[in-house]
Amino acid sequence: MQRRVIFDNRALPYLLLAPQVAVTLIFFIWPAAQALWQSVHLQDAFGLRSQFVGLENFQAVLSDPNYLETVKTTIVFSASVTLLSLASALGLAVLADAKIRAAAAYKTLLIWPYALAPAVAAVLWMFIFNPDIGILGRALNNLGYAWDYRLNDGQALTMVILAASWKQVSYNFIFFLAGLQAIPRSVLEAASIDGAGAVRRFWTITFPLLSPTTFFLLVVNIVYAFFETFGTIHALTHGGPGKATETLIFRVYQDGVVNHDLGGSSAQSVILMVIVIALTAIQFRFVERKVHYS
Amino acid sequence: MLTRRKLAVSTAAFALAAGFTGAAYAQQKTVVEFWHGLPQPLGGQLEQVVKGFNDSQDKVQVNPTFKGSYPETMQAAIAAFRAGNAPHVVQMFEVGTATMLSAGPAIKPVHQLMSETGSGLDAAAYIPAVRGYYSSKDGKMMALPFNSSTTITFYNKDAFQKAGLDPNKPPATWPEVADAARKLKAAGVTCPMTFSWPTWTQFEQVGALHDKPFASEANGFGGLNATLKINDPFFVKHLQTLIDLQKEGALRYGGRDNAADSLFPSGECAMIQASSGLRGRIVKEAKFAWGAAPLPYWPDAIASPKNSIIGGAAFWVMTSPKRTADEYKAVAAFFSYLARPEVDAKWHMDTGYVPVTLQGFELAKKEGFYDKNPGAEVPAEQLTRTATTENTMGLRLGNLPEIRNIIQEEMERAFQGQQTAQQALDNAVKRGDTVLRNFERANKN
Repeated sequence: MQRRVIFDNRALPYLLLAPQVAVTLIFFIWPAAQALWQSVHLQDAFGLRSQFVGLENFQAVLSDPNYLETVKTTIVFSASVTLLSLASALGLAVLADAKIRAAAAYKTLLIWPYALAPAVAAVLWMFIFNPDIGILGRALNNLGYAWDYRLNDGQALTMVILAASWKQVSYNFIFFLAGLQAIPRSVLEAASIDGAGAVRRFWTITFPLLSPTTFFLLVVNIVYAFFETFGTIHALTHGGPGKATETLIFRVYQDGVVNHDLGGSSAQSVILMVIVIALTAIQFRFVERKVHYS
Repeated sequence: MLTRRKLAVSTAAFALAAGFTGAAYAQQKTVVEFWHGLPQPLGGQLEQVVKGFNDSQDKVQVNPTFKGSYPETMQAAIAAFRAGNAPHVVQMFEVGTATMLSAGPAIKPVHQLMSETGSGLDAAAYIPAVRGYYSSKDGKMMALPFNSSTTITFYNKDAFQKAGLDPNKPPATWPEVADAARKLKAAGVTCPMTFSWPTWTQFEQVGALHDKPFASEANGFGGLNATLKINDPFFVKHLQTLIDLQKEGALRYGGRDNAADSLFPSGECAMIQASSGLRGRIVKEAKFAWGAAPLPYWPDAIASPKNSIIGGAAFWVMTSPKRTADEYKAVAAFFSYLARPEVDAKWHMDTGYVPVTLQGFELAKKEGFYDKNPGAEVPAEQLTRTATTENTMGLRLGNLPEIRNIIQEEMERAFQGQQTAQQALDNAVKRGDTVLRNFERANKN
């Protein structure tokens, strides 16, 4: 029997599709088209005067040594956040998957941070690490360690990486936990009977069988590190000291919203879009080959 | 079916009723939308001022709306203008002045509004340092000054006592400040001094006090082709002093914008150079004896310092295709109310902002405010102590918020020892000039 939905009205299917098409057009295609248009124009803040400048905005952005610094910072930041949050979430998921007392309580607590808005999470971190009002920040200084992320590039970057990773661990944890629970117990038991230890079981059975989850999370986490960590950086360091914690997305905001440089900001958005499309394509092309879908 | 018809009928009835009330309302009062960027408690105090106006007459209703911080309010106003829905009045911080002036048809200059509506506004009633900041090259008022502040020093008298310094004789010059900071450090004070709004307090104000240009073309008043002048040896020496003090532990960099503000009322730092608007918070939070003093100066650069420049914000009139003459009249009525000396004096005494009119200052004196609140007269006196020169009128630079950020970034690199004071300021000039050139290009007719 063929399963086909038959509409007696030819317009109805289009009508039902319309809301989603409208959302895509209004919230994705239109802004993207505007960004493309603005990236080749020079405009004053109020949009009263605009002139076509070709690729000048791109040229200005790409020849700015500070922009190239920001690219480097973004790579370090994104790679660290992705690795750190994936590794710690996997570790925690393996522990929580074991037969332990009060597992449900641990799981709830681990998922909790995901419910926090990035800005709120960042304020929490500030209350911990601020050298003047933070508990740990003050303690470090009292112990004689000069902790001041406002004037230390390395400390500032470490702090935003920690804060951004912490925020993402919960999300990764949920997926890893679900992935772990989907692994057939019989396979693990068979390995045990064959004499494989816990570590060996993990690397030869659990980890490969988790690879679809890991791959999915890798893509999601890189996108997170690129785009969604803005709130954390904005609330904690504002990209400083100097430009030590300025990522590409933060600079797009800074140039577009604060500095009213719509052309330059749009050019950066377009560059960012190209980077992320390329990254995702590479991941699907090369990393996915190593993924075992059962 | 029945329910649907019922719904339709009641919706229509509701729309009709709303339409009638709306029309009746509009006949009674002209509504003025007013967007501001003051968080609590100042925002509430500002809304009280608006309420005072609404209650004082029955023709105009001003609706104040908080739109977030100053940059957010600016962004919101620009976006609204682009969509053809600009508010009648928007509060804009002082560094946005050049951007607003370049907005051309998007704004209606206050002098024009007042003369068109026959309301009149006496520019001479305003303190020159305030008036200058918001005037065109030929001295016409472009915006209505309202909440202005300036930088002053607050110091902790208890800490001074502890360090063997005279609590009633705050340091007047930079060498004295450095000396006091070292003594405070020796007496065990962990943070002898700090400053907030780094660019404003350490470059814009320091330039004005010593009659040194921050930028060419009379700090940008002369035209869009201005270039930054802060890599002058005078500013390099000043930054070097700050870096040296920081290395010794006699000065702490408290972060960007107003992040350092909290360090003084908490008792952490013994001296702070900050906005006079911080006063209200210090009164409320400080658990120690404190004083207010004018900013220090370099005696080898100037014999007696000039007036400082302002910070804070002013009210701008925005245009929209839908505006009527009645609405402009309503805005003019609102502005005339705000310009009254008693309104100005009350705002000043309630908040810590400076009086913007000379009469408002006199009124506060007459009411004995300064006898009851020693030190509260320091900001206004510092603003009015000399006639303004082209270096003390204020700044008229496009995208000044971006330039302020650039200078903060370069300072932070210098404080970390990544570059010298000279390199920091050379970089700041180079990057700042790029910003100015872009602004010039984007705003050339």
